[in-house]
Amino acid sequence: MSGLADLFTLACVGVGVAFFAAGTVGLLRLPDTLTRIHALAKADNVGLAFIALGLLPQAASVLDGAKMVAVWLLAQLASGAVAQVMGQMANAAASGGAGPAPADAPGGGGAP
Amino acid sequence: MSLVFDAVLCLLVLGVGWRVVAAPAALPAAIAFIAYGLLLGLAWVRLAAVDVALTEVAVGSGIAGIVLLRAAARVPQVSAAPSAALRLGAAVLSLLVAGGLAVMVLGLPEPAPTLAGDVARHMPATGLGNPVTGVLMVFRALDTVLEMVVLLLALIAVWALALERDWRNAPPPLWPGPAPAPVDFLARILVPVGLLVGFYQLWAGADVPGGKFQGAALLAAMGLLLMMAGRMAPPEARSLRLRVLLLAGPFAFLAVGVAGFAMAGTFLGYPPGFEKPVIVAVEVAATASVAVTLALLVLGPPAGERRP
Amino acid sequence: MADLLFAAGAVLLVVAALGLVALWRTRAVADQMLAVQLLGSAGVAVLLMLAVAAGDGSILDVALLLALLAAFAAAAFRACGSTVFRARGTAGDAPFTGDQS
Repeated sequence: MSGLADLFTLACVGVGVAFFAAGTVGLLRLPDTLTRIHALAKADNVGLAFIALGLLPQAASVLDGAKMVAVWLLAQLASGAVAQVMGQMANAAASGGAGPAPADAPGGGGAP
Repeated sequence: MSLVFDAVLCLLVLGVGWRVVAAPAALPAAIAFIAYGLLLGLAWVRLAAVDVALTEVAVGSGIAGIVLLRAAARVPQVSAAPSAALRLGAAVLSLLVAGGLAVMVLGLPEPAPTLAGDVARHMPATGLGNPVTGVLMVFRALDTVLEMVVLLLALIAVWALALERDWRNAPPPLWPGPAPAPVDFLARILVPVGLLVGFYQLWAGADVPGGKFQGAALLAAMGLLLMMAGRMAPPEARSLRLRVLLLAGPFAFLAVGVAGFAMAGTFLGYPPGFEKPVIVAVEVAATASVAVTLALLVLGPPAGERRP
Repeated sequence: MADLLFAAGAVLLVVAALGLVALWRTRAVADQMLAVQLLGSAGVAVLLMLAVAAGDGSILDVALLLALLAAFAAAAFRACGSTVFRARGTAGDAPFTGDQS
C-alpha cells in the first residue's frame, strides 16, 4: 500500500513539475503580456493541482491534507483573480497607451 | 538531495539579490525585492525557522513590497544615477559586512553557545507551546514592548511629513475614483480568507509557529486590499477610534508590565497561574495596534483635498 | 520520498529561475510582475513539498501566507499605477504603459 502511494506521489509530482515547466516555456515564448497571463494562470495552476494531489497520500494527518487542499483552492482562486487584474491592466495599457510613461530609469531614456 | 535543493535556493537568492541591486530602474528593483522576500521565506523554512519565514513573507515581502512599489512609482525621474565611486564603495561595504558575518557564524565553537536549553526548561511555566512566542512574550517581553513603541514612533515620524494644515485629514486613497472590477473581485475573494488566516495566525502562535506580528501584517495587507478595491476609505488621523486602536497595544503591554510589580514582583511579570490568558489578551490588543500601524505606514502622511 | 521531493523542488526552482531571467530582461514592468507571480506559484508548490519532506505541518501555513501575499502584491502593483499618474499631474485611471529602460 505504501509503495502504491509512493508511486502515485511520484507520478503526480512529476506531472505537476512538467506542467510548471510547460507554463514557463509558455511565459518565455508567448509574444505579449496578455497571452503570457494565460500560461501563468492555467499551466502553473494545473501543475500546482497535480503536486497537491500527489502529496495528499503523504500528508501526516487528515488536517494536513485538508490544509493542502485549502492552499491549492486559495492559490487557484487568487491566481484567477490576479490574472484578471493583470489582464485588465495590460488591456488598459494597450488601448490607453497615449498616456504619460511611468517612472523612468535614472539618467533618462524613457518609454514613449 | 536536500543539499542540491539548498544549493539551488542559495544561487537563486544570490541571483535575485543581484537583480535588486543592479535593476535598471526603481520599479523593477522593487518588483525584484518582492521576489527576494519570497525566496528568503523559503530559505528560513529550510533553516527550520518557520516563525521567521512567516514574518519574512508577510512583512519583508508583503508590506515592505507595497511600500517600495509605491515609493518607486512616485519617485520622479532622477537626473543622475549614483556615481561609480559611490557604487563601488557601497559594494565594498556590503561585502565586508557579509564577510564579517560569515566569519563570525562559521567560527562559532561546536556546539554553538545557545540559550535554547534554558528556554526549554522554563517553557512549561509560561503555559505556551511555541518557544518563539515564549521568548517574545515572556522571556524577552521588554524587547517586544519597546518594539511596539518604536513602531508607533515610526508612524508619528511618517505623519510628521504632512503639511500643518493637513495634519488631521486622511491619507490619500490608494486608488482615486472607483476601483477596476478585477481588483474588487480579488478583494472580495481574498479578504475573508486573509482575515481568517490572520486571526488563526494570532491564535495558533501560542503553540505552533505563528504569532501576533505575522497575523497583524496579514490583517494590515487585507485592510490595504479593501482600500485598493475602494471598499474602505483611509481613516482620518483625527479619528478617536483610530488613535485608540493605535495605542491599545503598547499601552496594554505597559499596563500589564506595571501591574506586574503588584502581581508578580517585577516589571512585566505575569500573575502566576494566569500567564496564558494575560498573554493572549495582550497579544490581541497588540495585533490590532500593529495591523493598523502597518497599514497607516503604507498609506503615508495625511493629505488635503489637492496634493501639492 | 524526501529525496524525490527535494529533487522535484530543485527542478521547480530552476524552472522558476529561468522564467525570472527571461522575463526580467524584458522592458515591460507588467511582465516582470508576472514573473514574481510565477515565483509565488512555484514557491507554494515547493513549500507543500517541503512540508511533506520535513514532516512539519506548520510549513503549510507559510504556503497559505505566500499564496495570499503574492496576490496582494499583484493588486498593489496595479494600485501603484494611479500614483504614477498622479505624480505626473493627470487624473483618472492610469495604466502602466509598461516600458522601463
